[in-house]
Amino acid sequence: MKSKRLAIPYVIWMAIFVVVPLILVVIYAFTSKSGGFTLENFTGMGTYLKVFEQSFLLAIIATVICVVIGYPLAYVMAREGERFRKIAMILIMLPMWMNFLLRTYAWMSLLENTGIINSILSALGVFKLINSIFGTSIEYFSMINTSGAVVLGMVYNYLPFMVLPIFSVIEKIDSRVIEAAQDLGANSPTVFRRVIFPLSLPGVISGITMVFIPSVSTFVISQLLGGGMTMMLGDLIQTQFLGNAYNPYLGSAISLVMMVIVLISMAIMNRFGDGEEGAVMF
Amino acid sequence: MSKDLIRLVNIVMKFDEDVILNSINLDIKDSEFLTLLGPSGCGKTTTLRIIGGFQEPTSGDVFFEEKRINGVPPHKRKVNTVFQKYALFTHMNIYENVAFGLRISKTPEAEIRRRVTDALALVNLSGYEKRSVNSLSGGQQQRIAIARAIINRPQVLLLDEPLGALDLKLRKEMQIELKKIQQQVGITFVYVTHDQEEALTMSDTIVVMNNGNIQQIGTPLDIYNEPKNAFVADFIGESNIIDGRMDQDLVVTFAGHTFQCLDSGFEKNEPVDVVVRPEDLHLCPPEGAPIRGRVESVVFKGVFYEAMVQSDGYTWQLQTTTRLSVGDLIGMSLTPDDIHIMHKTREVAE
Repeated sequence: MKSKRLAIPYVIWMAIFVVVPLILVVIYAFTSKSGGFTLENFTGMGTYLKVFEQSFLLAIIATVICVVIGYPLAYVMAREGERFRKIAMILIMLPMWMNFLLRTYAWMSLLENTGIINSILSALGVFKLINSIFGTSIEYFSMINTSGAVVLGMVYNYLPFMVLPIFSVIEKIDSRVIEAAQDLGANSPTVFRRVIFPLSLPGVISGITMVFIPSVSTFVISQLLGGGMTMMLGDLIQTQFLGNAYNPYLGSAISLVMMVIVLISMAIMNRFGDGEEGAVMF
Repeated sequence: MSKDLIRLVNIVMKFDEDVILNSINLDIKDSEFLTLLGPSGCGKTTTLRIIGGFQEPTSGDVFFEEKRINGVPPHKRKVNTVFQKYALFTHMNIYENVAFGLRISKTPEAEIRRRVTDALALVNLSGYEKRSVNSLSGGQQQRIAIARAIINRPQVLLLDEPLGALDLKLRKEMQIELKKIQQQVGITFVYVTHDQEEALTMSDTIVVMNNGNIQQIGTPLDIYNEPKNAFVADFIGESNIIDGRMDQDLVVTFAGHTFQCLDSGFEKNEPVDVVVRPEDLHLCPPEGAPIRGRVESVVFKGVFYEAMVQSDGYTWQLQTTTRLSVGDLIGMSLTPDDIHIMHKTREVAE
């Protein structure tokens, strides 16, 4: 197999920059500050249980929102005409051509207490109206530095990774398979439930993977839009390596635990995907 | 086998300016095996899809048991379809594929089990219930598609070139099997194919189509022996089609010779197409033969030799069991019932 040789550069690249660091992470995770073997990095992790909970909760919420928004869009794109598909595709891809930080900063200036959204609402007299009705005295909606802002940032940034795999799977479903289901007596909702949706599950699963994993480990979004109020795993790991708490051993251990949890949840997901009745997921 | 089950009346189908079907009229009888035969693009698949409800005709009426069914969606029609390339549900096993139609109609589980077992037995695939679609060969997938389509006990089964993807040997086996299945379940089959041999093997009635028009409707024997025009003659089997002139009733001149024939009712000296099947040309000594020619090529076809014979500017196709060599001078003769006379038409197969 001569063509195998073409993969050699990539294999070397992977070995040096993926496999070796991974091994290092594992070694670090079992190393104490003094350099000996220890399990302390893991046993002491209970302190950070809240961070784990917070991260997984927000990532799950963001992923669910992405499925709920992304699936119908992908479905319509795949089944509608060429024109709608092209326009929708450009709109989905457009933000991705801009820098990730820039996009997130843009959200900051939108969501800030004195930001664009609050300014417009204020100019429209919305706050005055609310205050006069409810007897309150608010001057702005607190949107920045909330968990909601973090979820919003995740959904905004990762939605395309949900839409595209679902779209490409639905688009490939043979129209004759759908006709066959109609032919056998299925009306449109039934065709969707019994045929299109189960056949699109592989796309949903890869979409979930591609949204959930970056969401659960993000630190830029949580820092910029969450303002450090919502500590997430990514932030925790970052502070262990770069912050005041400097402790790369603990940082490695947390990374490792996170990785294992993600791998386990992905394995469970994929089992659902293989099942005949994929619809049991919902 | 008498009353009309489906009637197509003046069906016209247009896409933009393209006329796909040009006023089709067709009656399909109960429990007959009817084949729509024609070259690709002749409108046969469109006709089938109109019966199935997947396409609505631009104008014209579709009747099912004397009720007009235009606009009735596919899932409410009492017809089922076997699709080209099977279109099985790859996310279900064989049992669930076949059971699909019954699950939709909320049939009790015990009855589903019984009917799926029967359907699989009918297509000779008992014991395959738990297998996945992708583990089956093309021929087996085809049988599953048939089992899935007949499980709802439709009155009509539509088949859209179902054997197109199979190899020759398997195709021949399936032809016989399909005919057997049709006789066992006793329902109407409407079968679409471009393969004339397939049509001749299985059909009770053949509908030859070309360019959105029906060219001829008849039994396989009628269509083969009495083709209505040069297109049908050429499409069904091999044919020599020669320009000729009708001297008077029962007398025709072509290839520089005057022959007795069985046809009448033409105008005096009307130009006609003369059709002669390659197997109907009889070899005879060149001396005094009505047609004389030189052998240009010989191909061994298994049961017979197929020779191209050059004679006065026309190349005859000849099938014979006698061994010929290139360059031989031969004579060919015809008996009156080997000669088929047709009115000139513009439509000739490409």
